[in-house]
Amino acid sequence: MSDNNSIEIKDLKVAYGEVVVLENMNLEIGEGEFLVLLGASGCGKSTLLNCIAGLLDVKDGEIHIKGKNVTWEEPKDRGIGMVFQSYALYPQMSVKGNLSFGLRNAGVKKDEVERRVAQASEILQIEPLLNRRPAELSGGQRQRVAIGRALVRDVDVFLFDEPLSNLDAKLRADLRVEIKRLHQRLENTMIYVTHDQIEAMTLADRIAIMRGGLIQQLDTPYNIYNNPVNKYVAGFIGSPAMNFLEGTLTPGEAPVFTSGDLSIPMAGYGLTQTLGTAPMQGVTLGIRPEHVLFGDSASSAPFSREVVVEVVEPMGADTLVWAMIGDLSFRFRVEGQLQLRSGDKVTIGFDPARGSMFDAEENRI
Amino acid sequence: MTKSIVTPRGQKPNRISAGRIILYSVLVVAAVYYLLPLYVMVATSLKDLDQVREGNIFAIPLRASFDAWVKAWDTACTGLYCEGLKVGFWKSVQITVPSVLASIAIASVNGYALSYWRFRGSEVFFTILIIGSFIPYQVMLYPLVIITREMGIFGTLPGVIFIHSIFGMPILTLLFRNYFAALPVELFKAARVDGAGFWGIFFQIMLPMSIPILVVAVILQVTGIWNDFLFGVIFAGTKNWPMTVQLNNIVNTTQGVKEHNVNMAATILTGLVPLTIYFVSGRYFVRGIAAGAVKG
Ligand SMILES: Nc1ncnc2c1ncn2[C@@H]1O[C@H](COP(=O)(O)OP(=O)(O)OP(=O)(O)O)[C@@H](O)[C@H]1O
Ligand SMILES: [Mg+2]
Repeated sequence: MSDNNSIEIKDLKVAYGEVVVLENMNLEIGEGEFLVLLGASGCGKSTLLNCIAGLLDVKDGEIHIKGKNVTWEEPKDRGIGMVFQSYALYPQMSVKGNLSFGLRNAGVKKDEVERRVAQASEILQIEPLLNRRPAELSGGQRQRVAIGRALVRDVDVFLFDEPLSNLDAKLRADLRVEIKRLHQRLENTMIYVTHDQIEAMTLADRIAIMRGGLIQQLDTPYNIYNNPVNKYVAGFIGSPAMNFLEGTLTPGEAPVFTSGDLSIPMAGYGLTQTLGTAPMQGVTLGIRPEHVLFGDSASSAPFSREVVVEVVEPMGADTLVWAMIGDLSFRFRVEGQLQLRSGDKVTIGFDPARGSMFDAEENRI
Repeated sequence: MTKSIVTPRGQKPNRISAGRIILYSVLVVAAVYYLLPLYVMVATSLKDLDQVREGNIFAIPLRASFDAWVKAWDTACTGLYCEGLKVGFWKSVQITVPSVLASIAIASVNGYALSYWRFRGSEVFFTILIIGSFIPYQVMLYPLVIITREMGIFGTLPGVIFIHSIFGMPILTLLFRNYFAALPVELFKAARVDGAGFWGIFFQIMLPMSIPILVVAVILQVTGIWNDFLFGVIFAGTKNWPMTVQLNNIVNTTQGVKEHNVNMAATILTGLVPLTIYFVSGRYFVRGIAAGAVKG
């Protein structure tokens, strides 16, 4: 057991009645780390967070926070603060009452309560709102108060359950930066649940991609993006999503990936394992749309081809183009100023070394 | 063709359609139908006995006075005593207030515990409670007489209060449980993280949000208990008979002339309390919901 782990989860098992949601979950989160739990709906993110908070009983396993086994502790004794998706502000209390509720329950002295509330509201810039009721606040203000409620408690660990998902896109972007700032200032451990991969990529020190109660990959945003361990992670991260070509890989000195009449030289691709000599069936090659080259640079790429533009989606800064390669609809991203039309013939190419290959079991090779 | 076509623009004009007229006619007839008995009661109670004897119940009171009301309240005879309804009124107050408070207090805590603090067997407990509310009272009367007698409270005020509290519990618990179950559970979780315990969450978070359902419970219980006759007759004891029982005795008294005006006045007096409750709290109830008391 290492000393500078803030949270350690060992062999955790959680079930609702007979339905097992998490099993054999192991997770270590470092001191001051910002960990993002990312995954599709229903994969058990909230469940994991509730277990760490002590709001859900575990069937098996242990949870340690700051080196202390808190598996059987009450939420209030775990040194955690939690921010909920629905804000969960106490509607009949003023903002000040909301912020100080936890402190009053803990029997903190009055002037200390005042001091901490003042400090938290200064950090979050909610001082003018202290005497209002939650119903009299905007969504963004409510979320700030909800964060403030965790802040005043002066805890080691912050738990966020999709705190921004009820806000509109602009406010989400603003608060995202504020949360990042807050983390840099407080330097405490944060676990942050989200659906939103932009939030995950921008905030996280490490991202845990979950699927069906299992952590698929736990790594830095850089590695998750560039070296996804399996096809699920590869398809989940990145927007627009990665292009997948199905085909056969012929290993050797100069490995070649073939799909239909396509033949793509895979020299330079960093294999994760040594392969035999027999051709491998059911291999998937994934290429991110933003790694596709266009025009002159495409012709000099290791693989290039002329395609016919099908659909064009201009998005301002860049444009997403759909074209057919073989019988696969292929997405790629070009510079926003290019005026392409449906039916245009263009040359695209890519460096297969930047792609990701997965075997028939969908694991990276 | 000079018929101009009006371009739809601005506020839509109000047109009274045939359907509307029929609808309103039906409503007016229905309202008159239900208001007529009330009119007869009020009118009769204001007449003197001479006019009552004329027998035209729809006639307007000629020499309107509240004499019959005063008599009903103060001196009307119930069996041997001639002290009017006021005795029963105060007994009803003494029965209703503690019963309402006790049943709501118990049921709100029950409902809260059942929806948030699931314990082993809580579902079974809840099911039993609900089934309990479907068993007809009559089945339980005799056992309850024995139970209260063994407890030494049969024929006393605490006895009848106990009975009312017990019988109010299933339906009120259901009411509160469903209300609490509809509140966002994250509120409860947040309060737990904030270190509030069972009672802290109940009193500081849940109760302040429960004003609408509390008002509903009060209306239900006050009208139910005030209008009760059966339990009052059986469990309260002759000295503690509530207003409804007294009213019955006044109206059914066999001696002397039938004083219809006094009977009407006594009936209205007895019904006044539930009526007031409806009028006062009904408005508050609507306001409570409109104020967004439930929204996070
Ligand atoms: N109270 C409950 N009773 C039974 N099953 C539940 C309960 N809460 C959650 N589940 C199930 O547990 C699984 C994980 O739920 P959880 O809420 O952790 O998902 P999530 O990853 O947070 O999803 P989302 O992103 O939609 O919030 C889901 O399949 C869900 O159906
Ligand atoms: Mg969730």
